[in-house]
Amino acid sequence: MSKPPENSPISFFLNGSPLSLSVAPGRRVVDLLRENLQLTGTKEGCGTGECGACTLLVDGLPMLSCLMLAAQLEGRRIETVESLEKDPVGEKLITSFEEKGAVQCGYCIPGMEMTALALLRKHPEANREDIRKGLSGNLCRCTGYVKILDAVEDTAKNLTAPEEMP
Amino acid sequence: MNPVLFPRTEEMLLSMAKAYPEARFMAGGTDLLVALRQKQKALPPLIGLERMEGMGDILREGEEISIGAACTLKEVASHPLTRQHLPLLCQGADSVGGPALRNMATLGGNLCTASPAGDTLPALFLLEARLDLLSETGLRTLSMEAFITGPGRTALLPGELLHRIRIPIPQNAPIQHFEKVGNRNAMAIAVASLAALIRMEQGLVAEARLAWGSVGPKVIRSSEAEAALMGKPLREESLKEAAFYAQKAVQPISDIRASADYRKKVSASLLQRLILYRDSDCGGKRS
Repeated sequence: MSKPPENSPISFFLNGSPLSLSVAPGRRVVDLLRENLQLTGTKEGCGTGECGACTLLVDGLPMLSCLMLAAQLEGRRIETVESLEKDPVGEKLITSFEEKGAVQCGYCIPGMEMTALALLRKHPEANREDIRKGLSGNLCRCTGYVKILDAVEDTAKNLTAPEEMP
Repeated sequence: MNPVLFPRTEEMLLSMAKAYPEARFMAGGTDLLVALRQKQKALPPLIGLERMEGMGDILREGEEISIGAACTLKEVASHPLTRQHLPLLCQGADSVGGPALRNMATLGGNLCTASPAGDTLPALFLLEARLDLLSETGLRTLSMEAFITGPGRTALLPGELLHRIRIPIPQNAPIQHFEKVGNRNAMAIAVASLAALIRMEQGLVAEARLAWGSVGPKVIRSSEAEAALMGKPLREESLKEAAFYAQKAVQPISDIRASADYRKKVSASLLQRLILYRDSDCGGKRS
């Protein structure tokens, strides 16, 4: 086996669009997004998989972009916080986070919202306890979590509420 | 920059391991990448296991559940076969980190990290898991006792890979219970944990297997504590007696998370708390 070149080609779907690029295979996904692709919505908190700030969705599942390498993205569907406003559930999350005052410094919010997005897509009926468990890997040092839980619970209620009478 | 390779077959995997003798196998990468980055050197060649055939499935084979080493902890915790037969393992797997981490971290990785605080290890000891190791010279099978040789150390040889975890299905529907105490509920390393497998016959304990995590260099068993429960109903008195032996058996250290003294007390309390779960086969509340 000959030594591979410095960069390798990879192809994946990023926020719904196919993307091919050449990148060092061992580059962290969080660096690829923020520095190569200028998608700075994804934040790096701890860099060791303990805070959830860098959460994005890979084939619909929340994963930590600080512990993923670019080569792992081949053929996967990646969703970052930049796609949130174009998603029917994500759009409702944004509104709820605003209305419930769930954002203080904001650093954990992209990770919170992407985790909540995956949870509510799968379980739109999620109750507060489900949401607590679902978000248990995302740390927030400002809010004390109450307003974040309020916001996600509010989105869940909006998703499952019967259509309003005209 | 070294390559990151994703073999799909055993043949590809073994030839890559041969071509890159300095390569590391990477399952979920959640422990490995943190450890490698701490060294602040360039990454070694990595052989990722996430696309391997036959390493990401959970099967029933006769009276065993066979789990591919690259199964994520989320898959282990939620698969119908493990939920039905191995609730103890499901509870352990569901206690590691948080939801996003469990979508990446694997059962094989938790084993190979061999942390004394690994949340799946007490369950795998009690359930008498057999570990299939694959290398160029073929397959060999080890018990948990033989595989985990010390804190962070395993019996894996260079170029050898943990391939599958095979677990005999416990017979006669025993109580299976795992409980972990950490500094918070999620994203916390265990201060102490207890896995218990108890089979009752006519109201009396006919079989008791107990294993503590995070209170010694390896998972701790106590035959005295197990014997103290045998032939008696599962009540406060016998659990108290067993807890006395448990405190003698554990060998905790003091570290940033808890003192040795506190860990001893928690080890005993976890055992006494079994009274809360004796009527369910999967008490499984995380504390």
